[in-house]
Amino acid sequence: MLPSRLFRVGLGALRSLSQGRCRPVCKTVAIPRLYGHYLQSRVQSHQIELYEASIFQKHHHFCTGGSSGEPSDGAQEKQSISVTFVDKDGEEKQIKVPVGMSMLEAAHEHDIELEGACEGSLACSTCHVIVMDVDYYNKLEDPTDEENDMLDLAFGLTETSRLGCQVIASPELDGMRLAIPSATRNFAVDGYVPKPH
Amino acid sequence: MTAMAIFRSRTWLSRSFSSLSSHPLRVCVVGSGPAGMYTAEKMLKAHQGAEVDIIDRLPTPFGLVRSGVAPDHPETKIVTNQFSRVAQNDRCSFFGNVTLGSSISLSELRNLYDVVVLAYGAESDRALGIPGEDLSGIYSAREFVWWYNGHPDCRNLSPDLKNTDTAVILGQGNVALDVARILLRPTEELATTDIACHALAALEQSSIRKVYLVGRRGPAQAACTAKELREILGTKKVQIHIKEEDLHKSPEDEEELKNSRIRKRVYELLSKAATTGPSLPSSGQRELHFVFFRKPDSFSESAEYPGHVSGVHLEKTVLKGVGSGKQIAVGSGQFEDIECGMVLKSVGYKSVPVPSLPFDHKNGVVPNAGGRVMSDTSGDPELIEQGLYVCGWLKRGPTGIIGTNLHCAEETVASISHDLEHGLIASPSTSTKPGREGLLQLLDDRNVRAVPFSGWEKIDCEERKLGSLKGKPRVKLGSWEDLLKVAV
Repeated sequence: MLPSRLFRVGLGALRSLSQGRCRPVCKTVAIPRLYGHYLQSRVQSHQIELYEASIFQKHHHFCTGGSSGEPSDGAQEKQSISVTFVDKDGEEKQIKVPVGMSMLEAAHEHDIELEGACEGSLACSTCHVIVMDVDYYNKLEDPTDEENDMLDLAFGLTETSRLGCQVIASPELDGMRLAIPSATRNFAVDGYVPKPH
Repeated sequence: MTAMAIFRSRTWLSRSFSSLSSHPLRVCVVGSGPAGMYTAEKMLKAHQGAEVDIIDRLPTPFGLVRSGVAPDHPETKIVTNQFSRVAQNDRCSFFGNVTLGSSISLSELRNLYDVVVLAYGAESDRALGIPGEDLSGIYSAREFVWWYNGHPDCRNLSPDLKNTDTAVILGQGNVALDVARILLRPTEELATTDIACHALAALEQSSIRKVYLVGRRGPAQAACTAKELREILGTKKVQIHIKEEDLHKSPEDEEELKNSRIRKRVYELLSKAATTGPSLPSSGQRELHFVFFRKPDSFSESAEYPGHVSGVHLEKTVLKGVGSGKQIAVGSGQFEDIECGMVLKSVGYKSVPVPSLPFDHKNGVVPNAGGRVMSDTSGDPELIEQGLYVCGWLKRGPTGIIGTNLHCAEETVASISHDLEHGLIASPSTSTKPGREGLLQLLDDRNVRAVPFSGWEKIDCEERKLGSLKGKPRVKLGSWEDLLKVAV
């Protein structure tokens, strides 16, 4: 089925990589992990199709980061970043997030209680997180209209709110702290005084 | 090997003893929509000793996720994956086809369970209370939504879409926008959704070309969200009409917009659509008119078809500040008419009380403090109905999105936890309430055939199978008979 086909394609790509035919440019993380158990199969198969297409067309986009095998040339280290989640009770948990993975998925992989009602399809606002340092917030790309439409409805919205499914781990976000909004706690965002709502 | 076997049987024994000695907390949640499901999830998580039963009057779970969310919003329905995991929890059971008030009374339920959480939503409609409201051709948006979503209670609504080219929708919230979109969207796009087959067939033959969305206030107060508005403004082959003069903002409007991110973004979208103006007309194009500052005064009766609606008499309104930045619409004494053969009232849902449940008829909710049901609306904290809680629309009124129920459920469950700790609910160790066994016994005595979650899974499987033959995600079983036949 698809995953095993993908695996074979991956092996083929790996082989061609090891033969030095193309250089890995590690911009994205390996898809099997990124779109693991969590996403809907419909979404998943669509993504895999895309992924397969991209492998066939541009081998150099392939990258092994995140999955268990083949650490190559020490790039592995750089491929995950450290992110701290502050949960509803104020407890902190620091996790490693592979570059390319969304904060929603990372939270779920580490049993952090972040809701994801629509499983990352931008149809709800339950994975709302507050970026606790405005400098990190500013490093993120601006939210799209679609994300903003959902943020409109987010519970306890702040000026540094984002949807966890839209915040994708990248090297400059290393050390980011994210708070999960709570009905009973207020958050101080470093460097910003959130407006009352 | 032997040692292992002994060890295993010992842990088994001690486990059984411990579960015998600690009687589980018996919880019943009434309603399996988002409010009920989130309540069940939070209860199971917060109380490892809790056993949660969810009852629903339909054989199918998920409430408005199934019968309210528009068929062309499949992403919004993904949350049923999570809700299914809740229902499949070892400590959770679902019993469909069980109606509070007829299968079982509230007092019976309270005698069976330590904690009862009512999350059965709002299954009726606010009335306008204006002349002509009973004419045929006038429906509540809720009924229309249930009809196109295959709710078994509105299967026979059969709205007449063939004898008119104009529909008027009263209201400008998301439900109004959903209904307008379903009426206007090319049916070939709806054909691949899980829209009810009877609705798709009727829409394919619909002669409706013009839809009016009527709101009492202006674009700065429109009740919809940006996502839904963006979607309808971008619907294929639909011309959007918004009068530019309606976009004029008073200082009070400016103030309102400044204080609400969502209102501001909605206003901007409307304003952009108005200045862009309708695209050049082409064949087969349909029209959507946003009508602001109008309130319905009465409905007129058709001369040709007695008893049927032929138009809406509207009064122009002006906004009047009522303090704290809010503005209401008041009539100006000027009137106008829109001719139409169909009216959909989308002015709000209404909860219905069951016997012996305290109810605030004015606000259409159960009087409560953080989800604890109060005996009356006086606000006296002494008057708590022990062990009885509410969540969702029954608790806070019919507003908000699926996610709103998450926080609503958190609050209710926090109240339950607090009350357990403070002895306001009989401790499970001293309680003798029979819970699930008692419920099943009582239902059995009354010949009520409860549909377990596995019964729903059979329905789900059948619907998906039928859907795969038609290139749809599912074909909903539309009648009570079909649903119950497949479920058992």
